[in-house]
Amino acid sequence: MAAPAATPPPLLEVEGVVVRFGGVVALAGVSFEVGHREIRGLIGPNGSGKTTLFNCISGLCRPAAGEIRFEGVALSRVPRHARARLGIGRTFQHTALFRSLTVRENVLAGAHPLAGSGFLANALRLGGRVRREEREAEETARRLLALLSLEAVADAPVGRLPFGTQKRVELARALAAGPKLLLLDEPAGGLNHEEVYRLARLLFRIRREFELSILLVEHHMHLVTSVSDRVVALDFGEKIADGTPEAVRAEPAVIRAYLGEGAAAHGDAA
Amino acid sequence: MEGFAHQLVAGIATGGIYASVALALVMIYQATHHVNFAQGEMATFSTYLAWAAVQGGAPWWAALLGTVFASFAVGVAIERVLLRPMRSAPVLAVVCAFIGLMLIFNSITGAIFGYAVRPFPSPFETSAPLLGGLVSGHALGSTAVTLAVLALVWAFFRHTGLGLAMRAAAYNPVSARLVGIRVGWMLALGWGLAAAIGAVAGVMVAPVVFLEPNMMLGVLLYAFAGALLGGIDNPAGAVAGGFLVGVVENLAGAYLVGAELKLTLALAIIVGVLLLRPSGLFGRAVESRV
Amino acid sequence: MATLLEARALTAGYGGPPVLHGVALAVEEGGVTALLGANGAGKTTILRALCGMIAASGEVRFAGERIDGLPTEAIARRGIAHVPDGRGTFAELTVEENLRLGAITRRDRAAVAADLEGALTLFPRLRERWRQQAGTLSGGEQQMLAIARALLLRPRLLLLDEPSFGLAPLAVREVFGALARLRAEAGVAMLLVEQNAALALDLADRACLLETGRVVLQGEAAALRRDAAVRRAYLGR
Repeated sequence: MAAPAATPPPLLEVEGVVVRFGGVVALAGVSFEVGHREIRGLIGPNGSGKTTLFNCISGLCRPAAGEIRFEGVALSRVPRHARARLGIGRTFQHTALFRSLTVRENVLAGAHPLAGSGFLANALRLGGRVRREEREAEETARRLLALLSLEAVADAPVGRLPFGTQKRVELARALAAGPKLLLLDEPAGGLNHEEVYRLARLLFRIRREFELSILLVEHHMHLVTSVSDRVVALDFGEKIADGTPEAVRAEPAVIRAYLGEGAAAHGDAA
Repeated sequence: MEGFAHQLVAGIATGGIYASVALALVMIYQATHHVNFAQGEMATFSTYLAWAAVQGGAPWWAALLGTVFASFAVGVAIERVLLRPMRSAPVLAVVCAFIGLMLIFNSITGAIFGYAVRPFPSPFETSAPLLGGLVSGHALGSTAVTLAVLALVWAFFRHTGLGLAMRAAAYNPVSARLVGIRVGWMLALGWGLAAAIGAVAGVMVAPVVFLEPNMMLGVLLYAFAGALLGGIDNPAGAVAGGFLVGVVENLAGAYLVGAELKLTLALAIIVGVLLLRPSGLFGRAVESRV
Repeated sequence: MATLLEARALTAGYGGPPVLHGVALAVEEGGVTALLGANGAGKTTILRALCGMIAASGEVRFAGERIDGLPTEAIARRGIAHVPDGRGTFAELTVEENLRLGAITRRDRAAVAADLEGALTLFPRLRERWRQQAGTLSGGEQQMLAIARALLLRPRLLLLDEPSFGLAPLAVREVFGALARLRAEAGVAMLLVEQNAALALDLADRACLLETGRVVLQGEAAALRRDAAVRRAYLGR
């Protein structure tokens, strides 16, 4: 029985997600979707629920109500560790890397969920399959280090690198797992204007080469507007705007809660 | 039923001792992220000091007070002399140092005072049981003393500037330095306080278990079980855990496993907590937002 | 105006090759100096070296006295308050306790109470969060708490490491508005690391441009604003 050739579901569907911490409502029924190969901006004041939403998608936090579907699969039935394998990768605002390992080792660690031969085979180093997977992982790491201009620091311990470089390492590690959806938490933090411009081009390139979608939390409005296809805005755990970057920026609720009056004077100069 | 009540009260009395030692362990753990294996032996040594003072004719309470101050000084000295140079040493090196410290205190105690088991006097009337035979004078008195010590320590950390500075130094040494706190001295003070609390616990338990160089070994194990049960990162939890272990130990010893297997029970609690709930019953993680 | 902080030939690193190579810079009494530079240029390292958090060589004078080689806590006690990257609040402690810690070295109780009032007037939001654990505050509130705590040291110099990091545009304006008031009303001098160069140059009177651990350009903030290279790399126009 063939399914009718309707449009495939969006890559990610967030539907009526509610999260409460004690008495505080962190997310009050948020719904939106991320299409295939879409760059989706997610903005909102500090504490408006953006990170909580990230945590729900990556499995660090469980919604009290609502559902999140990834390629049509309800995530509430997928345990956290399996989500990376499903194709969801993420970076953190303050980075979460193995600080004493080198850049290359961190990226290799990211490639691990792809390796299918399992713990036992790896532990016993059985047969050619493990070796082939290792070779492939090293090849992936090499390619990513080149893409993100990390070759010069490949063998340096991550803890010694400047923050902006660590953020690129984290991006490489997330990409190494071959995600279909990349959750990026403030990739422009600590970057100057020229570096942000390069980051924007890098995000486009990543989308093209890896054929993935990006959900981007970022306060750098210039970056958000220049790379996003659509933007969602949250405030106090509720969606206050959803649409093209231009439309969202012009939304009175967004100006009131997030940008501030006359924001063009400052926000963009960043 | 009366037997049950009796065991319960006895459990609370020993639980107080475990709670004190558990608190000492947690204080050092919070500041250094290491468990001081020598905590028990240090307390034993302190107890011998008190015993020597009493033998030498000092009034009992004066002996206790002097021992507390001496133990505080010894604790501070150990941190300054022995642990300061190991500030950035690998974990295993520090663990080895703690084990070494434990053996050193054990043998010094034995060398000076001998290995004979001795009775230790109690200042609380022990001949006539109180509350209709429910509890001995010493159990009641030692519980009161440990509760008073715990309350004092709590008030110190909660309500004094020095206590706040010590907590800040333990939580976040880098930021503590940035507000001008001398973090090194805060660590040393923490060691001193832990040693002083241990000394009180040792003196309170000695009349029950009798004085000998290994007398705190069991206590340390129970205290460690209590600290883990309550959450090794949570002082109030560790105190509650200590009391809980004391009660469970007494009840189980009387009704379940018998006296011989009581120590096994402590080990079972340690393993069980580590397996099932590593952050302890009352362990709480701080929800951090960005 | 007199020079409050002056560093000469400052060289520092993290054990490997040095990150700073002979940096010289100054902050005037009551003035604001901005440090600009690419990621990895050494801005954060300068702040850490100045307050003794990492090993450094060179000469640092604060109010005329040498402070290089002093431990961090001694430098703090002399009146340099550092708001580090990542904010450095005590996440487990309450807002009240964090603020009390800011003044922990001071004995002038009446003045501390007045400074606390001042900090809470500057950041009224902290009063609403008084008994809350600092770790549960939003990013903007944590930054406000970090600055307020630094002010309770009654510093003569504030070192600020990316105060806009992770903050929504509105929160950034709130924080920088408060910094401008501090400068104008209390005359607190600042050494400011900030990626948002437009904001930084608005607040600053002097600026240093760093490249791979060296100062390549320094002068009046207004002059740097007009510099073609600065405009291209940092202001985007």
